[in-house]
Amino acid sequence: MIVSVASGKGGTGKTTIAVNLALALEGTMPVDFLDCDVEEPNAHLFLHPVLETSERVTLPVPSVDESKCTGCGTCAEVCAFHAILSLGGRVITFPELCHGCGGCARFCPEGAISEVPREIGVVETGWAAGPAGQARGIRFVQGRVNIGTALAPPVVKAVRSKAGLGAGKDGGIVIIDSPPGTSCPVVASVKGSDYCLLVTEPTPFGLNDLALAVDMVREVGVPFGVVINRAGLGDDKVAAYCRQESIPVLLEIPFNRRYAACYARGGQLVSDFPELGDSLTGLWRRIRAAVGPLSESLPREGDTAR
Amino acid sequence: MRIAVTAQGVDLDSAMDPRFGRCRSFIIVDPESDKSEAFSNESVTASGGAGTQSAQFLANQGVDAVVTGNIGPNASRALEAAGIKVYTMAGGTVRDALQAYRAGKISTVTGATVDSHHGMGRR
Repeated sequence: MIVSVASGKGGTGKTTIAVNLALALEGTMPVDFLDCDVEEPNAHLFLHPVLETSERVTLPVPSVDESKCTGCGTCAEVCAFHAILSLGGRVITFPELCHGCGGCARFCPEGAISEVPREIGVVETGWAAGPAGQARGIRFVQGRVNIGTALAPPVVKAVRSKAGLGAGKDGGIVIIDSPPGTSCPVVASVKGSDYCLLVTEPTPFGLNDLALAVDMVREVGVPFGVVINRAGLGDDKVAAYCRQESIPVLLEIPFNRRYAACYARGGQLVSDFPELGDSLTGLWRRIRAAVGPLSESLPREGDTAR
Repeated sequence: MRIAVTAQGVDLDSAMDPRFGRCRSFIIVDPESDKSEAFSNESVTASGGAGTQSAQFLANQGVDAVVTGNIGPNASRALEAAGIKVYTMAGGTVRDALQAYRAGKISTVTGATVDSHHGMGRR
């Protein structure tokens, strides 16, 4: 079972929910935690994983053999990103604009274009220590896109490709901590998950961005429900919106200064506040009931490299 | 000889557009015959690669020089590879730009004058 945790607005508590859901379920089933917020991964601050592997994430970019190139310009015509130009019979490439689709190499009539790897980030795997210091509690994966590189989705997909035994099966859970917003890196994180939790807060900003996120999740066709964090802080409009749209509100976490203080020092809410552990176990049961039994043979789009 | 000017409108009296990749239109002029033609710029709303797409367009149009306000690093590299000279000036109409070009009052620049994405979200 893959559960993605997303939000429109940033700072609503995605990582808090994702991390503490993982901690609440640890020991009851295999738990994989995937930090897909590759532009600023922060779940490691709370889970303190011991990292064991680190792999470069690369994108295939064109390399032109000038002795074969006839300057026909086909490559420049097919490139949607204008990362390869044909100028007066000479081809030049802009690797930082290339999205790695491979179209130029595929359509070059002379076979003059090959693809070479360009490093855009890294994906790391390891384990977060279990309760009472067990060495292997939660399997942990995170990605980081290189600074200055504006291509998060391939790194997100690389993180998702490391999802282990829990993916697509009933016996475990893969928790995806998504980036905020509704753009391509979020879609890459949420698409193909079995359920999406949208974390919001009861404020005008929370509501505005929740509505955007709802549109996005409906578009990618993933069943979803809402978690209202900092409940009691603002107004009732998020709850009213969810009623109007028939969106289930699966959990409300009250606004509590002590929760914020725990988060701020990198603490684990479920250890300091056992009642939240019970709430998150209940949240898992509601997700489980909403998804129903899984078919294990479904291919998942999020698992492909391109 | 064909000269392109980045413009905010479609005729010689429209204001120059200071942006290269995301200018509203390109007005291409033959200074000898004074014939001009306006092309709306397809890369105005491109998610990326506006500079390189615009440079490709000017190369396909057989342009020899372009007068604009600023030029970014990718566009600069592409125009240089295409052998298109870049002239910059601040403000005025397309007609002003052509007069300044003919009078030799503006000079070419090599390299970028601004960083990537300079022309995004400013109107």
